[in-house]
Amino acid sequence: MRTSLPPVLLALSLLVPPAHATQLSFLKPAGPVAAAQSGHFWFVIIAMLVVVVPVFILTPIILWRYRYGRRNASYRPEWSFSWGWEILLWGGPIVLILILGTVLWAETGQLDPYKPLGPHPLRVDVVGYDWKWLFIYPDLGIATVDKLEIPVGRPVALRLTSDTVMQSFLIPALAGQIYAMQGMRTKLNLEASQAGAFLGENTQYNGTGFHAQKFTTTAASADDFRKWVGSARAGAHALSPAVIHALETKGTDKDMARGLHLGGPSDLVFRLPVADLFTRILRDGPAAPAHALLAGSPIAAPAAPKQKAD
Amino acid sequence: MWHALRLFLFGRLGLDNMPFDEILKAHDTTDLISGCIGTFAAALAVGGALVTLWLMTRYRLWGKFWSNWATSVDHKKIGIMYIALAWIMMLRALIEAAIMRGQQVAGYGGGGMLSGDHFGQLFSTHGTIMIFFMAMPFLTGLINFVVPMQIGARDVSFPTLNSVSLGLTVAGALLIMVSLVLQPFSTGGWSGYPPFTEARYNPGPGPDYWIWAVTLSSLGSTFTGMNFAVTIYKERAPGMKLMRMPLFTWTALCTAILMIFAMPPLTVATALLALDRYAGFHFFTNTAGGDMMNYANLFWLFGHPEVYILILPSFGVYSEVFSTFSGKTLYGYSSLVIATMCIAVLSFTVWVHHFFTMGQGADLNAAFGIATMLIGVPTGVKIYDWMLTMFRGRVRMTVPIVYGVGFLFLFCVGGMSGILLANPSIDYQVHNTLFLVAHFHNMLIPGLLFGLIAGYTMWFPKAFGFRLDDRWGYRAAWGWIIGFMMAFFPLYVLGLMGMPRRTVSFLEPAYLPWTIIALLGAFVVLFALFSLFMQLWVSIKNREALAVPVGDPWDGRSLEWSMSAPPPEYNFPVIPEVKGRDAFMTLKEAGDDLGEPEGGFKDITMPANSALGPFLCVTGTATAFGLVWYIWWLALLGAAASFLAVVLRGFARNTERTIPAAEVRRSWERWRDRAMSAPRVPRADELTDANRGHAVPAKQEIVA
Repeated sequence: MRTSLPPVLLALSLLVPPAHATQLSFLKPAGPVAAAQSGHFWFVIIAMLVVVVPVFILTPIILWRYRYGRRNASYRPEWSFSWGWEILLWGGPIVLILILGTVLWAETGQLDPYKPLGPHPLRVDVVGYDWKWLFIYPDLGIATVDKLEIPVGRPVALRLTSDTVMQSFLIPALAGQIYAMQGMRTKLNLEASQAGAFLGENTQYNGTGFHAQKFTTTAASADDFRKWVGSARAGAHALSPAVIHALETKGTDKDMARGLHLGGPSDLVFRLPVADLFTRILRDGPAAPAHALLAGSPIAAPAAPKQKAD
Repeated sequence: MWHALRLFLFGRLGLDNMPFDEILKAHDTTDLISGCIGTFAAALAVGGALVTLWLMTRYRLWGKFWSNWATSVDHKKIGIMYIALAWIMMLRALIEAAIMRGQQVAGYGGGGMLSGDHFGQLFSTHGTIMIFFMAMPFLTGLINFVVPMQIGARDVSFPTLNSVSLGLTVAGALLIMVSLVLQPFSTGGWSGYPPFTEARYNPGPGPDYWIWAVTLSSLGSTFTGMNFAVTIYKERAPGMKLMRMPLFTWTALCTAILMIFAMPPLTVATALLALDRYAGFHFFTNTAGGDMMNYANLFWLFGHPEVYILILPSFGVYSEVFSTFSGKTLYGYSSLVIATMCIAVLSFTVWVHHFFTMGQGADLNAAFGIATMLIGVPTGVKIYDWMLTMFRGRVRMTVPIVYGVGFLFLFCVGGMSGILLANPSIDYQVHNTLFLVAHFHNMLIPGLLFGLIAGYTMWFPKAFGFRLDDRWGYRAAWGWIIGFMMAFFPLYVLGLMGMPRRTVSFLEPAYLPWTIIALLGAFVVLFALFSLFMQLWVSIKNREALAVPVGDPWDGRSLEWSMSAPPPEYNFPVIPEVKGRDAFMTLKEAGDDLGEPEGGFKDITMPANSALGPFLCVTGTATAFGLVWYIWWLALLGAAASFLAVVLRGFARNTERTIPAAEVRRSWERWRDRAMSAPRVPRADELTDANRGHAVPAKQEIVA
């Protein structure tokens, strides 16, 4: 991405971002959750203007009218109390907070990341590694690295954990973030209402490769998604202990592909040896030997040591 | 054999901990430049220390330093030393900020001038220093200097403990400065979240530096809190009822109470993390039964009240500034007191909003979100109370008022982003992004720092007997305001575009223009800091012309303006009898401010100097340094010496000395004669040489 343009020129040329860029912001939402968050964002700003705008208007007026040395300005050095003002000053913000608080309560329940968005979601299990994400599709039998492919219009139910330090999983254009923590499982529900490529990232610093821990979320029509699943299955590699080792080795997706002698990050597509890989990682953490994660009888779903209350 | 000896003597400290190690092991030009920056910074720190030592030896200042400053338990001198420490640490942390902003421009597309590890250390030291070793010492210094005088006391309740608090804070700061030379520092940020800071993921000395520096400082702050709560409850002059105390003292009381309750959770959190790291415990490891969520709760149980520990004293300063420089009594005194108390109590009910995204239930998040919004109510009331204080006043656009007005505007923006963040559904989007960084800088720079600098400007003449040059003062104030807006408003935009905090580089071209503006803003802020240092230099040079020996340069209202500048060691020749709010203004208006005190002068007993504070500073630094580097003999020696010193202090008998009444009278008469010969000046001449610190009371001034 290095460019030879001088930085200032470059900056000017970039004030309008190129059209092909991945969608970065929840203010340009591509799904129902982000759309609601965006609406809530603007609502709070407009409501807050009620108390903020008077400060912006009145402060300069007061400073001008009551500046030292102005003739004929009234001067009341002892004036220090007025019930009228007191009631307005305390009452105004209280009413505003009552309104905002009511909206907050409703929105928080409505947009709870744990709340399913509909029936028959696509299940995806997410595991955070240093500095990449593993996406497990338990129902499709595949797993990808730093590439989340979802169908448009179908809810997606994510379960998340981390195999290393704490991370935070965010796809701004679709939904808010949730922490991924070792030995613990969190949940996130999202849905794309339009096709496109969206920025996905870790927002919690976890070492020198943190800035590179990005992934692209691609939302495609149901047909395209089916096609993708087919080709992914066809080209998938075996999820061997070597792959687990590569995941647990500090490095980006590029480093991982290089380590496994694959062409690039887009080749990091694997066949799932066991459907409950996520639960095993959750239970055993990074201490487990790789072969134990990949073989043996399946474990019952609620066997995770520290399930968090839903 | 040699290896064992080396291990015993130096622990895990080796040559590869020197700052130039990064140069020697450089993989690419980024590492090379990064290493050079680190080495240069270390050289600067060492050079600065050596030059200071040499100058002090050359001009034979060691004796004076020891007896007049280091061992002094005078609250005014301790306050001044705290603020001096704050300026030094601010210089370092601000330069670090500018370097990080530079990296975020240069690092577009990868590379740049800082290695990832160096960048991680920079944002960790920047945050840790700014909170614990810039903001805390600065506000503690102001409280130290001002509060006893405002309540009509001669010193704090526990003067030696006060000196110990300073010693511990300096010890923590020294440790952070040492980490510039013997590297590395932590890369875990100012909040030091495990498991990233656990031994499994970061076995090196970095997190240990952080743990012990923060522990030392938090112990010092706990003692400060206890000291000032007791001082304000017990040492007030007769008639100084609680509801007559100046607002700054009120905010100091609330801050002191918050310190008592909020600092221990931090000390506990760092102690448990230390047990994890040193003794293989599993409090926060997430394996073997540990749970890092407990750390998050403990840390923010401290961390959120901390925000109000930081900002309440500044609110107190603003209350003094708006009323003094409007020549008017404070509007809504009771309202402001109630609002301050509300904020102090509510500050303990909101900590979960620092981790809405940790997966707890929606109802819990919503409850904490609403509690967070509630804090907006008393804060909003305060803003309007200050506007009404200026309403129908005579507002002078002095430097403190420029900061105050800048604060009114900018704080509203920060408050708005705060209410946004209080909504869990919005927080899910902007948490951990630069939006959050913009928000808390928006609260802490206009809210906290502008207030502290306004207070520094206002009380400097009281401390040193001369005003600060106002031309450089205005430059600094505008520099801070404009620089702040340029440096942080772009971060709001970047955060909304999904750019996370703590990113050493990025690939997204849309971010670049905004990072460039932020970098330019950082330069303007650096100019503002430069202006403040220039202001100090110019003012010292012109101190004759700027002198205000009578001690009331701003037509002040509270008791600290009633005495000479600088004040005598015992503050009040005779403890005043307080009859209402604005105690000194009442005296002035009645023409009683120069009258001979009723009842005559008496002998004054003051606490004697004590070497305990500086001694614990040295032993505390040594203990912490030994712990960081596994130099166990040093750690043990330091801890034993500290313990022994505290015990021995218990046997000290000559802890007081008496100043004879005759001397007090002589000193008072000198001041009175000087005041009689200096004309009372109207506010129009406030910023001229005519201002000798003797003011016409605002009400009696006729504005032509």
